[in-house]
Amino acid sequence: MTLKTRFIPLALILFTVASTEACRSAPQPVVPAVDTAAERMAREAELERQRQADAAAAADARARAVADSIARVRAAEDAARRETDMLRSTVTNVITFDFNRAELRSDARAVLDAKVPVLLANSGLTIRIAGHADERGSSEYNLALGQRRAAMAKRYLVERGVAEGRIETTSFGEERPVCNESNESCWAQNRRDEFEITAGGTMLRRP
Amino acid sequence: MQFRMSLPGAVAFAFALFPLSVLAQEPARGVRIGLTYDPGTRPGVVVLPIRGEAGDSLRAILERDFRLSDRLTVLELAGSPGAAALPSGSLNYQFFGTMGAAAVVQATVTASGLHVALHDVRKASVINVHDFVVSEAPYSRDWRYTVHGIADSIEEWMTLVRGIAQTRIAFIRTNVVHLVDFDGEQEIALPVVGAALSPAWHPGGGMIAYNTFGPESRIVIHDLRTGRNRDLGAQRNVTNLTPSFTPDGRTIVYSISTENGADLYQRSLDGEAFPRRITVGRGSENVGPSFSPDGNRVAFTSDRTGTPQVYITDADGTNADIFTAFDFGDQNDRASPDWSPDGRQIAFQSRIDGRFQIFTMSIRDRQPRQLTSEGENEDPSWAPDGRHLVFVSTRTGTQQLWILDTESGKLRQLTRLGGARLPAWSPRLGTR
Repeated sequence: MTLKTRFIPLALILFTVASTEACRSAPQPVVPAVDTAAERMAREAELERQRQADAAAAADARARAVADSIARVRAAEDAARRETDMLRSTVTNVITFDFNRAELRSDARAVLDAKVPVLLANSGLTIRIAGHADERGSSEYNLALGQRRAAMAKRYLVERGVAEGRIETTSFGEERPVCNESNESCWAQNRRDEFEITAGGTMLRRP
Repeated sequence: MQFRMSLPGAVAFAFALFPLSVLAQEPARGVRIGLTYDPGTRPGVVVLPIRGEAGDSLRAILERDFRLSDRLTVLELAGSPGAAALPSGSLNYQFFGTMGAAAVVQATVTASGLHVALHDVRKASVINVHDFVVSEAPYSRDWRYTVHGIADSIEEWMTLVRGIAQTRIAFIRTNVVHLVDFDGEQEIALPVVGAALSPAWHPGGGMIAYNTFGPESRIVIHDLRTGRNRDLGAQRNVTNLTPSFTPDGRTIVYSISTENGADLYQRSLDGEAFPRRITVGRGSENVGPSFSPDGNRVAFTSDRTGTPQVYITDADGTNADIFTAFDFGDQNDRASPDWSPDGRQIAFQSRIDGRFQIFTMSIRDRQPRQLTSEGENEDPSWAPDGRHLVFVSTRTGTQQLWILDTESGKLRQLTRLGGARLPAWSPRLGTR
């Protein structure tokens, strides 16, 4: 075949396509189009792609929402934990005493005052108060003195509304010192009540 | 006159035939005759070398027990073994007399134990003989215990007062009850049910009571023979402390410390469930009871006037009155009374210049006597001879138990490991 003979069928095809395109773009009378099989398939594929894209976007949005809500819950938990830790410290703060005395000094009363609202706001909270003494004084008298020191702190809390059954008292006398030096600074630390949470302390509510 | 010293075995051999002649001179059984010596002096005694298994150890224990009694002077037999015996085989009493000995102890290991003869030098004769049974394995703790009993018997032959070598001291080390022999040997730990304080002996010597502290504080009575424990129960918000048995051994008295003060309570050992209150503290702390030997009165520590002092009350709780009403010292801290076995005085601790010292005060004249001054000294406990006291002292830098002879002032260190506290001297142990 010559170039001419090859060219003519191509030109005829192009002409046909161009003329149909021209026919299509120009205003036409509405004539129900009869889709070819190819056109139908193309359109359905397009719709399917669109559906899948929409589904993916929706899934992303849901995942983001869940992550956001987890983050919010975690943040709330962290805040609650920090708050519980702070409230727990308030409950377990130590108070100290003068030598051979069990009376509550004003600084001890202030520490106890801070415990009261936490105890009242968290009715499941139970504590144990353990009284201690410094190494001076007879060991045996110190054991009784420790019991009295615990009792004094408990009475103070009970008088301010904490139910008696929530507070246990005990004594370690001079047997469990926090320091061993023989000087007033160490002795003062040892003359103390310690407060231990025995139940209900995992999550504390602010008063 | 000095001779070359030969081996102890040779000296013992010199008396090998002697026991036969001793038996011939045996005094009537059941009659106890003491040495002819002046009371207040310390008679000299010689312990001849002992032939037989563990003879050297036996002799060493007897000599040491005599020495530690602070009532005898132990004389060494040195340099003149030949001069100790006469050609006939009997003792050369004149020789021993010039040595300064009032008594000579002559013993031989036998199949069943130890045959002992006691010679009175001035009387120049044997004044007592006995075959002691020793069935324990030599050098064991139980064997030493038996030998201490023999020393006490011989001491009783010599002075008419039984020795205290067969006693033990209970004490606390890291909140565990420990026992140590009179001579500081054979320290052992007892199994305790919790962190322990304040061991106290039953007058029969077979049980020790102590208290635990912290939550579940309770009084425990430990039977030394069976190893069993009896528990008087724990109560919430209560510390049970300082147990002490009455002299008749039938009841136990201890302090119950509640949120309203501490009072002394008494409980029968034969099963009665409810403790009976003795002191009326009205909110004060009343702890550490110690009975008079007749059981009629009890001394204890009380802060009813604001600071700890020693009080005495009748055993039923009436007529409570202050005992340590004296001006000497810091005046605001007196504690830990222990009533002497003869009933005449009370040992206690009193604060002087910021540190506790050991004091005694007679019930009658109420004049305090300060017995210590070096370091800090606490928790006195009388020996059954009413003469020796064991207490805790920090004079070496750590807490150790020391024994004081209140008559001569002699002091000896009982423990070598620091951290020993709250000693309690046993009664004379051993079966009679």
